[in-house]
Amino acid sequence: MELATQALGGNRYALARLISLVEDDGAEARAALTALYPRTGQAHIVGVTGAPGTGKSTLVNQLAQSLRERDQTVGIVAVDPSSPFTGGAMLGDRVRMRDLAGDPGVFIRSMATRGNLGGLARATRDVVKVLDAVGFAVVLVETVGAGQSEVEIARTAHTTVVVEAPGLGDEMQALKAGLMEIADVLVVNKADRPGAANTARALEMVLDRSAPRPNLSSGDGETRQLWEPPILQTVALDGSGVPQVLDAVAAHREHLRASGLWSELERERVREELLSLLQQELLRRTVARVGEEQVQAWTAQIAARQVDVYTAVHEILGE
Amino acid sequence: MSERFRILIAKPGLDGHDRGAKVIARALRDAGMEVIYAGLRQTPEMIVEAALQEDVDGVGLSILSGAHMTLIPRVVHGLREAGLEHVKLFVGGIIPDEDVPALEALGVSGIFGPGASTEVITEFVRQRLAGS
Ligand SMILES: Nc1nc2c(ncn2[C@@H]2O[C@H](COP(=O)(O)OP(=O)(O)OP(=O)(O)O)[C@@H](O)[C@H]2O)c(=O)[nH]1
Ligand SMILES: [Mg+2]
Repeated sequence: MELATQALGGNRYALARLISLVEDDGAEARAALTALYPRTGQAHIVGVTGAPGTGKSTLVNQLAQSLRERDQTVGIVAVDPSSPFTGGAMLGDRVRMRDLAGDPGVFIRSMATRGNLGGLARATRDVVKVLDAVGFAVVLVETVGAGQSEVEIARTAHTTVVVEAPGLGDEMQALKAGLMEIADVLVVNKADRPGAANTARALEMVLDRSAPRPNLSSGDGETRQLWEPPILQTVALDGSGVPQVLDAVAAHREHLRASGLWSELERERVREELLSLLQQELLRRTVARVGEEQVQAWTAQIAARQVDVYTAVHEILGE
Repeated sequence: MSERFRILIAKPGLDGHDRGAKVIARALRDAGMEVIYAGLRQTPEMIVEAALQEDVDGVGLSILSGAHMTLIPRVVHGLREAGLEHVKLFVGGIIPDEDVPALEALGVSGIFGPGASTEVITEFVRQRLAGS
């Protein structure tokens, strides 16, 4: 609580400590999140995802600088994978963010996934909430470029920027399908390299803009304008094309606001969060009530085909 | 809760070799730590800022340039000013024997020459971060 108050007052070390608490979970973290929650919901949360090495961190560095030029404060969460074997992690995204050093309007935090799959850490959403609550106007979240389904970032961010680069070869084709679905803004980075225009064209084809798309209809029968993800080229090394990406990100935010999707997404997100927490908590309580011994006894019986899993669940829940 | 150490590895100064820093960073990662790798040409101010934002338990500096007697005091004072006196500082590189007492007096927790094995460094860092 103390930390939350200090962090709200602009104490950056308190903010850093608070983020650690949230990462480690526990009662103190939950109390702080409770205190901060009414202040959340202000920041524009922007996810930056894409295959390893496409230039996500370099682009985040540029986006943050451009945002600062537009007088917006920026919180950055950069996620990298933990080793499933040792729990260790190499968090190297800061290497590309040197230009942001010394700016009090920027706060960069590296996070390890700590066993969570899907490109984010379990606590990433809560860390984003903390940065939102203390007043960062934009929170940029760089995910692990895992190449697996990246839906988690799409569920966390308002706007998802998918970064591609020319010449990644065929494995990129496989990535596209999943990544393209979540992209609100598509960036072909490394446009200084040969093949960028081809990559952009290939993406254009995957998007298939000519195909008829169903219009979303809102409750009152009006149809909404659909968002067409723009495909933009950048050279993150020197910043070319970056203002255009930022314009697209801002336009997407306006689109969400104007269409009412912003609050719709918010409700969806909250519902999902509520249900998943309920699930965890009910499971924890049930196991605690029944006892680990009983769980093992049921497990043995089910494995021995003496009882089936559905019957076991009914019995355990006392139905 | 099992302790999960976070350590910042940085290479201050202007020389462009970070191979040693990377080797140590990987060894610490393999020992189960979360290593924040900041890379080359870090100023003392950048190092202190990163240590603060990342809420690390330790900072490891790789210094080959011979500028250790100017860089390290600035990092030590910066950490202190930022309220990070609890952060343990480790230094690797070419540090002449006669400079060691002065660095230890500044509160540097460990000094490793080019010959030190990664196993020795990793174990030493782990024990220091664990508070022994
Ligand atoms: N030629 C060229 N190289 C770039 C550009 N942007 C980034 N790079 C280089 O691409 C490499 C990877 O950049 P990062 O920003 O670390 O990529 P990333 O996607 O964050 O990588 P991971 O976090 O490891 O997945 C670095 O060597 C960058 O210097 C660009 O626009 N042009
Ligand atoms: Mg990166």
